[in-house]
Amino acid sequence: MERQNEVLDNVIIKFAGDSGDGMQLTGTQFTNTAALFGNDLSTFPDFPAEIRAPQGTLAGVSGYQLHFGSVEIFTPGDSCDVLVVMNAAALKANLRNLRKGGIIIANTDGFDPKNLRLAGIPEGQNALEDGSLENYRVIKMDVTKMTRAALAESGMGTKEIDRAKNMFVLGFLYWMYNRPMEHTEKFLNEKFGKKPEILKANLDVLRAGYNFAETREEFTTRYKIGPAKMQPGTYRNIMGNQATAMGLIAASRKSGLQLFCGTYPITPASDILHELSRHKNFGVKTFQAEDEIAAICSTIGASFGGSLGVTTSSGPGIALKTEAMGLALMLELPLVIVNVQRGGPSTGLPTKTEQSDLLQAVYGRNGESPIPVIAAATPSDCFHMAYEACRIALTSMTPVILLTDGYIANGAEPWQFPNSSDLAEIKVNFAKASGDGTKFLPYKRDELLSRPWAIPGTKDLEHRIGGLEKQHETGNISYDPANHEFMVRMREAKVDKIADYIPDIVPEVGTNKGKMLVLGWGSTFGAIKSSVLKARAQGYDVSHAHLRYIKPFPKNLGELLYNFEHVLIPELNCGQLIKVIRDKYLIPAKGLNKVQGLPFSAEEIFSKIEETLK
Amino acid sequence: MENPNIPVEKFTAKDLTTDQEVRWCPGCGDYSILKQAQTVIPDLGIARENIVIISGIGCSSRFPYYMETYGMHSIHGRATAIASGLKASRPDLSIWIVTGDGDGLSIGGNHTIHLLRRNFDVNVLLFNNEIYGLTKGQYSPTSEEGKVTKSTPMGSVDHPFNPIALCMGADATFVARSMDRDPKHLQSILKRANEHRGASFVEIYQNCNVFNDGAFEVFTEKSSKKNETLFMESGKPLIFGENSDKGIKLDGFTPVVVNLGEGVSANDCWIHDERDRVKAGILSRFFDNPKNPNHLPRPFGVFYVEDRGCYEEKLQQQLTEAKSKKGDGDLDALLRGRETWTIN
Repeated sequence: MERQNEVLDNVIIKFAGDSGDGMQLTGTQFTNTAALFGNDLSTFPDFPAEIRAPQGTLAGVSGYQLHFGSVEIFTPGDSCDVLVVMNAAALKANLRNLRKGGIIIANTDGFDPKNLRLAGIPEGQNALEDGSLENYRVIKMDVTKMTRAALAESGMGTKEIDRAKNMFVLGFLYWMYNRPMEHTEKFLNEKFGKKPEILKANLDVLRAGYNFAETREEFTTRYKIGPAKMQPGTYRNIMGNQATAMGLIAASRKSGLQLFCGTYPITPASDILHELSRHKNFGVKTFQAEDEIAAICSTIGASFGGSLGVTTSSGPGIALKTEAMGLALMLELPLVIVNVQRGGPSTGLPTKTEQSDLLQAVYGRNGESPIPVIAAATPSDCFHMAYEACRIALTSMTPVILLTDGYIANGAEPWQFPNSSDLAEIKVNFAKASGDGTKFLPYKRDELLSRPWAIPGTKDLEHRIGGLEKQHETGNISYDPANHEFMVRMREAKVDKIADYIPDIVPEVGTNKGKMLVLGWGSTFGAIKSSVLKARAQGYDVSHAHLRYIKPFPKNLGELLYNFEHVLIPELNCGQLIKVIRDKYLIPAKGLNKVQGLPFSAEEIFSKIEETLK
Repeated sequence: MENPNIPVEKFTAKDLTTDQEVRWCPGCGDYSILKQAQTVIPDLGIARENIVIISGIGCSSRFPYYMETYGMHSIHGRATAIASGLKASRPDLSIWIVTGDGDGLSIGGNHTIHLLRRNFDVNVLLFNNEIYGLTKGQYSPTSEEGKVTKSTPMGSVDHPFNPIALCMGADATFVARSMDRDPKHLQSILKRANEHRGASFVEIYQNCNVFNDGAFEVFTEKSSKKNETLFMESGKPLIFGENSDKGIKLDGFTPVVVNLGEGVSANDCWIHDERDRVKAGILSRFFDNPKNPNHLPRPFGVFYVEDRGCYEEKLQQQLTEAKSKKGDGDLDALLRGRETWTIN
């Protein structure tokens, strides 16, 4: 059969179906296969908060967007090229994100009268039949029927058979994009090795999907997307939460401290706990506490005892931890608080992304309570920033807040992982008794204004610490007015001093001087970078700088900002970093804000750049 | 870790006093508790540097400042949570939690019950004065119904907690009650609490002479103590009264007071067995208001003891098992993951 092979440099596929249809697994499998093939990629899982939302409804649609290519990829992409829909609701929810001329792969069984009704589609209308999709290329197939046919001899029940439907779609797409199936076969072998019947069923359906495409003449085109020209080196695929967990473990190893994570399950942060709890052979102790408060308090206890203490959560949980964060800063103990941000306020949008906890992190405590704040930009950057959070906490004896968000926490990208020997040193020296009989001063400070860490079990360093204001050096309770102001300013100065050992900010794209700087922080990295590259290609004088250190800012930030006529700050909130920037540098920065639980598209940022500079 | 080959350096009660002035109100029951702790702790065979005292907020929570050990005066209600993390990460330490009825049963009630069910090997000393002292006199979760205080001018409508029954319900493995005014008894209970491997809960009746003076005087004053209290000793009959002339018998599951001598001897009474959960449950309910006629005496001593594995040991075992199965963690292998690809 004559088949065309079309070469593309990048493709965006969205897998969408019922939350029980296995779309996340299908997406992850395709992602890993693309990664191992050498494509650059970025992903965006988008699922409902309900574990099993009502079947067939719009609320129950679970999606997974994958952008992969032979070129550099910075975002999961704006509109998709291929939309895989397992039912009518999935099509209805996602059609607006499909580009004109794009491909729809539809499971016709998901468009029966019942599914159409559940999706809220008026009677008598069915997009697959009524010609309303004429601007797209529609590939219809009855996945359910073909899956059942493939497993007719298996002796399995219909319900079990139907669970393998996603493998049919995956097999079909592997054919379409010339992908080998080995990775998924290996995965299935590991997952179902102990259940040979289910293993065989999944493998059979995967191959059935592939063979279906191979034998049907109507599928005339296959696509080729070559490996990306990335920096030479060895890569792996990584998700943000996984990277955060690994960054923490790496810091524990490099500092020689036991890692203790006291935490409470919360979306979208729980995967950090899951990952950490798998690595007990690294001496990692995880403690699933009774609530968010106990989570951070247990961690403070561990930190007092000489562990590297970490607590992980998301907005509502961080709110509960606030008082204890104040205690940690008063005790001046190292502690890492990870906030995987989600849509707020209150319970908000648990599975959606937002950057609206920045002001909470910087200012949200009683009293004058400075805590360093840093933020990760991409899934793999979570590793580096988690490591940095530990390094700062241990170097300056302070709690540190690390901000990530649902978008990068669940997103994946290729990662040129480091060698452990390349990671920055983290030196920890527990205090030892002087031996000359002088009294131990628990709040005596070193050149970084950091205090000694004297852990229980150390002879002759017995001392008491607490949340009441302390006297300089002795740490005894003090109500002296002048001492209070001195200590308030001391704690602030200590945090400011961190700027002495964090890197300067260097533009990611463009130059140190010019017409416009797009200043970002956190997960907007990819969208900003893509849009700025596009604008520069069109001749606009625009650069991109990305803040990873928010409190304190890098020392050269002011200088950089003053070098540009316009400063644009895109944020997934109503304008938070911009308040801090305006306050500190008194510049007329402009914001670009979006609060929809969704990331920016590169196009949205590009339009704003164009509008300003045209 | 304690090295059994090196004898622990001896220290005295005096070595446990700090340079900080004790600032409880004169006449406060806390002074006695501090004194008993300072008397008992040097004899426990624990190195001073391995002792950590953690408190929350409240009058009792000033305790760590007066003990020359490691200590933390933390935030309201959270001493138990902080101690949980410290014990989980440092099983070698001897950890004492000092809390009160407001700190440990109101704002921190949740952490208290969870610490008990997890059974960390720590000692919880709950100073119960049935009032909020540090905030100057509001009713607490252990104040009796109808209590008139600053925040309840018409009397409290709250039903109080029975701390001992609460701890039994939380599956605590060591549950005891003592009082500030009986130094010998308190010392013996502190020793027992320390000996127990697991979470030891000790409720200590403590008089707040400023805001709730005499709350426990019926149990502590000579004139009424013998008739109103029941000092439990395992293996011995439950006997009380001015001349040890009264006893407790069980009529089915119902405890009844009997007069000894009228054809009833001490041996006919309920013999206390601190390992009997059902009977400990019944004893925990000896909680009547002493003003009620036909009330039962208030028990003191050890209600219940059980041997159960401690959280920190089980956690440590999992780490040991993981290391023996997978080998000590290799950071580079972790970073590399299972699948990689190389670009030349």
